[in-house]
Amino acid sequence: MITIDNVSKWYGAFQVLDGCTTGVQKGDVVVVCGPSGSGKSTLIKCVNGLEPFQQGDITVDGIPVGSPGTDLPKLRSRVGMVFQHFELFPHLSITQNLALAQVKVLKRTRDEAVERGLKLLDRVGLAAQREKFPGQLSGGQQQRVAIARALSMDPICMLFDEPTSALDPEMINEVLDVMVQLASDGMTMMVVTHEMGFARKVAHRVIFMDHGRIVEDATKDDFFGKPHSERAQQFLAKILQH
Amino acid sequence: MFLQDAPEGGVQYWELLVSGLGWTLAVSACAWVIALLLGSAIGTLRTTHRAWVTRVGNAWVELFRNIPLLVQMFLWYFVAPEFVPALKSWVIAADPAHAQFLSAVLCLGLFTSARIAEQVRAGIQSLPQGQRLAGMALGLREPQVYRYVLLPMAFRIIIPPLTSETMNLIKNSSIALTIGLAELTFRAREIGEYTFHFFEAFSAATLIYVAIAMAANRVMALVERRTAVPGYIAHGAK
Amino acid sequence: MQLDFGSLSGALPYLWKGFRYTVELTTISAAGGLFFGTLLALARLSSIKPLALAASAYVNLMRSVPLVLVIFWFFFLVPFALQWALGTERPPLVGAERTAIITFIMFEAAYFCEIMRAGIQSIPRGQVYAASALGLTYGQSMAHVVLPQAFRNMLPVLLTQTIILFQDTSLVYVISATDFVGAASKIAQRDSRLVEMYLFVAFVYFVLCYALSYAVKRLQLKIAIIR
Repeated sequence: MITIDNVSKWYGAFQVLDGCTTGVQKGDVVVVCGPSGSGKSTLIKCVNGLEPFQQGDITVDGIPVGSPGTDLPKLRSRVGMVFQHFELFPHLSITQNLALAQVKVLKRTRDEAVERGLKLLDRVGLAAQREKFPGQLSGGQQQRVAIARALSMDPICMLFDEPTSALDPEMINEVLDVMVQLASDGMTMMVVTHEMGFARKVAHRVIFMDHGRIVEDATKDDFFGKPHSERAQQFLAKILQH
Repeated sequence: MFLQDAPEGGVQYWELLVSGLGWTLAVSACAWVIALLLGSAIGTLRTTHRAWVTRVGNAWVELFRNIPLLVQMFLWYFVAPEFVPALKSWVIAADPAHAQFLSAVLCLGLFTSARIAEQVRAGIQSLPQGQRLAGMALGLREPQVYRYVLLPMAFRIIIPPLTSETMNLIKNSSIALTIGLAELTFRAREIGEYTFHFFEAFSAATLIYVAIAMAANRVMALVERRTAVPGYIAHGAK
Repeated sequence: MQLDFGSLSGALPYLWKGFRYTVELTTISAAGGLFFGTLLALARLSSIKPLALAASAYVNLMRSVPLVLVIFWFFFLVPFALQWALGTERPPLVGAERTAIITFIMFEAAYFCEIMRAGIQSIPRGQVYAASALGLTYGQSMAHVVLPQAFRNMLPVLLTQTIILFQDTSLVYVISATDFVGAASKIAQRDSRLVEMYLFVAFVYFVLCYALSYAVKRLQLKIAIIR
């Protein structure tokens, strides 16, 4: 579904990604972790072309992301993305947030879009909030709406960029529950997160990044069993202490 | 004294003030429309990360910001027609008031457009970068991201500075008296010179300007209330 | 259209005289405006209600009336005010140039007041408490603790306002004072060389104001780094 082949990226002279190679099979859940500044957020933003990269190839469903001829907006409309800070549109009601891109990008009628949106809103347990505005919801609720908004585009895969790191601790689980449900429904997912409990529960593979490089790319059991690299061992030891 | 007849045209002094107010409002309104359209376009283009567009936008802002408005007024009225023969022949044939009006509207409109461009740019840049990315991630094209995601919030944020730019525009329109446009301040001075009641004439004009400022404030506050987003606290946002 | 900047060179001494007056008017008005503006700001923030009200009424009035009208007002009022203050029999002849200086000091005071008020309010309350705890009086804590910090924080804004003032002084044209624009327009009329003269004036203002605002921007970055 997603292939990442030898991708490198520089900000001026500073290299943020260094020869990253990996992939996500259809139906797989891949968790990407690593210390901050390791390039994991940049890598996931390269997958749908939100960040340009200078070297290597990325394909999504066989379409090359980096080639100039690719219609990126069209590609992005088929790839769902969830952000750290939710990024709901504050001036639109929840229903309008869900319907906007369906109408403007997929050319669905307003009624179709609202119907589809409300169905997904119900699935994340927030049907009652449909007329509210983002600023009137809690962080956890906003992130669930953001997931519903991405799903309303009927994506072929989902990208999550640290979906729980801006949340208060008591709201993390309501978002993770939705994601676990999504994984068990067979959605192809690439998830940047520090939530190792989530990784243990649903991930097929875990990727560990450090200094722009993919240091570890292993099955869940191998990763949590005994990581090859010392950096990954240290990282796991630190994060699992609590 | 405002009920006395003016020495020319068989009108009373208060009618001169009203006609002056009319010109002030007409110049301001026309210039405001130009300034808002042009300023929004330039301010928006300056945020699109295209090097040469940004440079043209910056040049536009710097050009109008660094020359005194009075000099700009002279450039539009005395100098511009000399370079455009068609304009010059129109100016010679036209009613002087029309030429003055056109110069004043262009001058104030472009001057204010540079200031509004600056506000619009600042408004868009104050939005979190993630908003743009979220719009793009949903498959919206760049113009759609601006139309549906960025501009609606940016304009809400900049209502207060737009209000003060509107007031500045109305006040600046008085500079048009230097090219002979008979706007409010022009008429106040004229009445003072005819009657030697400068105090009353200037007081009347001052009161009218204060009233306009208060009215503009009210209107913009109403717009701000009408467009307020539930649950969104302006300025406090990250 | 044939441009002929030849007649410009003969006019340079006169233009220079006008320009010197523009600079003089700008610096005196900026200094005076800052002084009275700071006093106004202190009055606006004062706990003495009538004082605060009077100061804010003055500031709001000045800020809602066009500068041109304010110039007319002062041109009309200053002679009478001086007659009253000096107790002379007739209103003294002040002249447009000196009236303009008084006008701009009083007008700019309102704008500098708002800048200094923002500057004072940006200083944490703790600074005032600390000063009082050390036994400083209100006047001492303002003069030695609050105002120096407010002034430093607001320096780029104060300088930007001064650049605006530099441009606004051209409006003394309306009372026929001979500033830079006034001198230029007199020569322009005499020689029928409006186009060249006004283009020249615009060019000079642009170069100066652009350079000055660039310098302010640099200063702002420098201050931001020091903090």
